Amino acid sequence: MNELLNIVFSTDFAFSILRVATPILFAALGALISNKAGIVNIGLEGIMLVSALTGVVVSAQTGSAWVGLAGAVLAGLLIAAILGFFTLKFRTHIILGGVAVNMFASGGTVFILYLVSGDKGASTSLKSEVLPNVRLPLVEDIPVLGPILSGHHLLTYVALLSVVAMYYLLKRMPLGLRIRSVGENPHAAQSVGVRVNRVQFTALLLSGLFASLGGAYMSMGYLSLFSRDMTAGRGWIGIAAEAVGRSTTVGTFLSSLVFGAADALANALQILKIPSELVATTPYVTTVVGLTVYAIAETRLKKRKARRHSPSDS
Amino acid sequence: MIFNTRNFEKIRTLAVVLISLLIAFLVISIISEHPLKTIGIFLFEPIRTVSHIGNVVEMSIPLMFTGLSVVLLFRTNLFNLGAEGIFYFAAVVASSVAIHFAANAFFHPVVAVLAGAVVGALLSAIPGILKAKWNVNELVSSLMFNSILFGVGLYLLNYYLRDPQSFSNSSYKFRPSAMLDVIVPGTRIHSGLIVALLCVAAGHYFMYRTKWGYELRMTGANREFAEFSGINTTKVIIMVHLIAGFLAGMGGSIEVLGMYNRLQWASLPGYGMDGALVALLAKNNPASVIGAALFLAYIRIGADQMARMSDVPAEMISIIQAVIILLISAEQFLKFWKNRMLLKEAGVRE
Repeated sequence: MNELLNIVFSTDFAFSILRVATPILFAALGALISNKAGIVNIGLEGIMLVSALTGVVVSAQTGSAWVGLAGAVLAGLLIAAILGFFTLKFRTHIILGGVAVNMFASGGTVFILYLVSGDKGASTSLKSEVLPNVRLPLVEDIPVLGPILSGHHLLTYVALLSVVAMYYLLKRMPLGLRIRSVGENPHAAQSVGVRVNRVQFTALLLSGLFASLGGAYMSMGYLSLFSRDMTAGRGWIGIAAEAVGRSTTVGTFLSSLVFGAADALANALQILKIPSELVATTPYVTTVVGLTVYAIAETRLKKRKARRHSPSDS
Repeated sequence: MIFNTRNFEKIRTLAVVLISLLIAFLVISIISEHPLKTIGIFLFEPIRTVSHIGNVVEMSIPLMFTGLSVVLLFRTNLFNLGAEGIFYFAAVVASSVAIHFAANAFFHPVVAVLAGAVVGALLSAIPGILKAKWNVNELVSSLMFNSILFGVGLYLLNYYLRDPQSFSNSSYKFRPSAMLDVIVPGTRIHSGLIVALLCVAAGHYFMYRTKWGYELRMTGANREFAEFSGINTTKVIIMVHLIAGFLAGMGGSIEVLGMYNRLQWASLPGYGMDGALVALLAKNNPASVIGAALFLAYIRIGADQMARMSDVPAEMISIIQAVIILLISAEQFLKFWKNRMLLKEAGVRE
């Protein structure tokens, strides 16, 4: 037990929380922006996977991590655009569209990996590049905080900045206002001249952008290669984090960190022989419990309101 | 006349299937060095020998179960994708019965399959009750349940069922008495097929010939209207979840006892999500599940054979599946054509 406490209360552990939480945070931001516009994008897991592969393949072909990152982002945007085209233009059900994206990604990435590298498991034969870690000047000299906050992967900082940008976008920018209005009531938004389809498409593209950054982080930072199904449910944890965070930027950010900590803890708990399979389910259990608590509270509130408005019925 | 609006959905489904096959041919011709030969393998190998036909039928069995399960949910307008986790967890339950209990060759598989199915029904009821009582989004909760059930199932497999003598995550061997009988010699088609067909028939009867089926369809069409017309929709939603979980659980149990002699799934096998694809192809119609499952099994066995005999990997099939889902659930796809037919039938000149 002491051993565990030593691990948990070390700067290394705090550092690893941010490291593990980065892809979850990206996915959660992707879920947040699309949910705000009233679209449930469950294809995040698939988009992450496709971007992870594209990053590796493109960077191996060009020898540049930056071009690889651009490729990963483009691939993510492309998938999101296809999803958006079908759901908004052809009226494909968005959930089924998401299922299609995930199905395509889990098999399609193996398909492409095999065509490019001749291997169905991992991209070990490709010489792919990795994006750099960044040491923050000044910050790294602060005791305790320095080693926690400095030296992270570039995309970890991008993720943290994205949280700020998301907050600003949703609260202060016209686009954010439009996205929220479309999500809350598309008919009302349309009646005041908001182009609902266009706003939703933009939100979906942003969602794809965040997911693709998460994917690029997985294969060009967290690991330095692509392996089959490497996102391993992080897209779903992102969706869970957004749900537990009640579709607020701050809540989503905090729950992503908590789920990241649970993930990091799962590694540490293996010392105590607590089965990692069970620890891995904690984000999902938390989400179901959280959603239920919210829903019960909401139903009670609704009932109370209804009673107040119609005293004769009660 | 075939081309009228009544047949529109059928024609559209057919068009989607043809388009997806054309895309398959396109992908093959880009990749393969002998495109024509490869396409031939993909199209005809599944029916070339008895054992290949057997493979198609074997693969269609779990798809029928999950397809039927999803049909019931979708028809009630419930977007629950939880069949995946239940299928897996029920297989774990059935495996533990098959390993740790003893009975004769009739009761053993029956008990094992029922155990899996009942556990599946109970697990499925949780998102159902949450949805019916407090309106918890069944999509998110069922997706979370997939991951939870996978984690717990894998834990049970690794800690209680795992055979220490095997290298990978695989369980002890099932007792021979628990395994399902082969019913067609020369193939591995097992008695689960009969159960699957019976379930489809029962599902059809239930949906169109019983009061409960009517209530289910009404709730699916408009929950509020159904509620106002005196249907207890809370009860309907919980009931549908129970039945759907029962079917998905039965599918998982039957698949593992019919096709394997030990449990070796270290990841979700994917049949639950395939169930959504089957339900789409079947247009949420129980009887059509058979054809949809056979079609999906056919192109998969075709792809497997293609991977074995040519230079195109079997994962190509996932691209085809994605196209099918996107197009078939696209309400607007070919809609202009339906409108034109409507005008023509109404006698309006363009």
